[in-house]
Amino acid sequence: MREKKNPIDALWDFFCSLRLTIVTLILLAVTSIIGTVIQQNLSPEEYLQEYSEGTYKLLDSLQFFDMYHSWWFLALLGVFSLNLIACSLKRFPRVWKAATEPVLIADDSLFQTFSNVDEHLVSGSVDDVKNRMETFLRQRFAGPIVTEKDGVVHLFSQKMPYARFGVYVTHLSILIIFIGAIIGSLWGYKAYVNIVEGSTESRVWPRGSNAPIDLGFSVRCDEFSVSFYEGSDRPKEFKSLLTVIDDGKVITERRPVIVNDPLSYKGITFYQSSYGTTGDTLLKIKATLKSTGETVDLTVRQGQQVALPGGASMRVLNFAPSFQNFGPGARLEVVDAGGNRTSFLVLKAFPGFDAQRNTDYSFTLSDFQQRYYTGLLVAKDPGVWVVWLGCTLMVVGSMVAFFLSHRRIWVTIQPIGKKVGVKIGGAAHRNQPGFELFFDELKKNLKSELGS
Amino acid sequence: MTSSLCFNLATGAYFASMVLFVVYLASRINGTALLANLLAYAGLAVHTAAIGLRWYESYQAPGGVGHAPLSNLYESVVFFAWTIILIYLIIDLKYRQRAVGAFVVPFAFVAMIWAQLRLNDSIEPLVPALQSNWLTYHVITCFLGYAAFAVACGVSIMYLIKIGKEEKTPSNNPAGGVLSIFPSTKILDDINYKAIMIGFPLLSLGIITGAAWANYAWGTYWSWDPKETWSLIVWFIYAAFLHARFTRGWVGRKAAWLSIIGFCATIFCYLGVNLILSGLHSYGG
Ligand code: HEM
Repeated sequence: MREKKNPIDALWDFFCSLRLTIVTLILLAVTSIIGTVIQQNLSPEEYLQEYSEGTYKLLDSLQFFDMYHSWWFLALLGVFSLNLIACSLKRFPRVWKAATEPVLIADDSLFQTFSNVDEHLVSGSVDDVKNRMETFLRQRFAGPIVTEKDGVVHLFSQKMPYARFGVYVTHLSILIIFIGAIIGSLWGYKAYVNIVEGSTESRVWPRGSNAPIDLGFSVRCDEFSVSFYEGSDRPKEFKSLLTVIDDGKVITERRPVIVNDPLSYKGITFYQSSYGTTGDTLLKIKATLKSTGETVDLTVRQGQQVALPGGASMRVLNFAPSFQNFGPGARLEVVDAGGNRTSFLVLKAFPGFDAQRNTDYSFTLSDFQQRYYTGLLVAKDPGVWVVWLGCTLMVVGSMVAFFLSHRRIWVTIQPIGKKVGVKIGGAAHRNQPGFELFFDELKKNLKSELGS
Repeated sequence: MTSSLCFNLATGAYFASMVLFVVYLASRINGTALLANLLAYAGLAVHTAAIGLRWYESYQAPGGVGHAPLSNLYESVVFFAWTIILIYLIIDLKYRQRAVGAFVVPFAFVAMIWAQLRLNDSIEPLVPALQSNWLTYHVITCFLGYAAFAVACGVSIMYLIKIGKEEKTPSNNPAGGVLSIFPSTKILDDINYKAIMIGFPLLSLGIITGAAWANYAWGTYWSWDPKETWSLIVWFIYAAFLHARFTRGWVGRKAAWLSIIGFCATIFCYLGVNLILSGLHSYGG
């Protein structure tokens, strides 16, 4: 007979079903593939280069271009969560009871469900056998709870009842991770900021928005540097020295921030993410007036006109950190007192080169300093600790669920004729083969203990 | 002694072990299986030494390039082979079902021979993103998990072969021939489950350490990049496998297939994503 269920019960049963779990997990696995094949979150123009207009519209209407945030993927995760909650609510009370209010007396019908049982007939009094069995269990397994009823003595021992909760901790951990992710997406942000060496910023620009966010404190980039491995162009380290200033007070000064070692202040974290040059290079140039031997050290920017001893002036037309294969070089222009212009190249690697020209001055490029900016990713995620809590619980929970087992042993001692009958049975909630081995050993020991 | 010589020796040992396992299947002489297993142990020992040597050699090279040998495709494939043999030997100690070796050792051998012949084995300095202890934790946990799945996959193949034969022949006449030295379907099913029980928490840890690393290096613990997503797909498949145990109609054959599909997804996650899809994890050879 199948009873007709009311819709609420039917819905409840639907969400309690483990078959739904498997189907949901497989659907999640299969649909997740889409987002790894179709690149996510590109611009419409980029998609139109790859797909025809019709395909683009279809994929767009299915939200395949941002599928992990599409209504249908989130709905799938919603079903997944409801399934998890319903299943746990349905089973938890029973498991709680099994762990905290154990059945202390095993009747015959319970004994029939055990695959591990043993029986002995021994001489002596019930009381005496009870004491011996108590010590036996305490030594070989765990201290028993004794119940006497109608002249029959029942012993119950258990180990690791909490192992049953591992599964629930694991399941709860998944929900906790979801909660952490939701907190992060509601109250957190990801933003970027470029800070030129020597300058200070207190605002950052969130992804996909033009309105900057005010940090409430400011960050100065004192220096940025990039280093390479010897003899290769493989980068070794990107490093910014950052100073945090809050309310006029310096909080941390010149703190090195490198990839994999971000800086956090007031829940906001700064990650080394990119860098670049401002195109604004400071050059150190040594100029010598050949007739007198007078030498001046100049520090100039590109385009800046500076006076030279003897009435002429000079400016840097352009600079390149690598001039063909000759390394750093600058093109200079000299305007003499009469207004005549000459331009020529000086190379840092060949300092004597310019002196050979037949002119009034000679120049050497002694050093240059590019001004860098550091590109920082700025993230605020108040949910991240919730996520790590969930992850920890998941690892602990699944270890408990998989590798620990709730083991229980019941003993019934009753007079049978002039003798005493001892019946022992046990069960484990997982790893039955392991328990079987343990129980066989226990049986051997019991035999010698009771000496029958 | 150099690390590459040791790696070649280990590859040779796995090859010999694999051949002997096949001989064992054909001849059913117990001695060959024992010898095959001893070779697997010897291979593991040399392999371990080789990994240690390579680590040491990286510190001897000029320019401060020393790091744990887990940073490029060559090193990860070699480590994967090491974990497969390790997990196989652990399961062998418990179950002593030698025929399983014939279906697991080849995975390690194929990985080793591919790495030795085709992949670039030069020791390269670490780019800034890889300079993190999380890299080490991440790679170790992921690959131990993958190795457990490899064992589960080998056992599932045995299961499908054996159950296919058994269902064709009358029930009271167990499969003869080669199949008689296969463990019973019950044991195969159990090893499959146990291996996945070892692999699943390791994979979870692998995903979590990867997320922690991403959070340190890139400021987000999850960005749905193809590698991350595929590791989650693998995780979903094995979670489905574990729950299949509690659902009637989803055990036995279906569970074995889930295990095989799971391992295919694992391999895709490991190699396919790098070779076919693009993303953050450009391990490139
Ligand atoms: C819709 C989601 C899910 C539902 C409804 C669900 C439900 C269940 C149920 C009813 C059990 C059996 C508990 C028992 O009686 O012993 C179980 C076991 C388990 N679940 Fe889930 N589960 C879900 C998702 C997951 C996920 C995503 C994981 C991944 C970590 C997971 C991990 C486990 C583990 C480790 C076990 C123990 C498996 C075993 O004993 O072999 N569950 N789950």
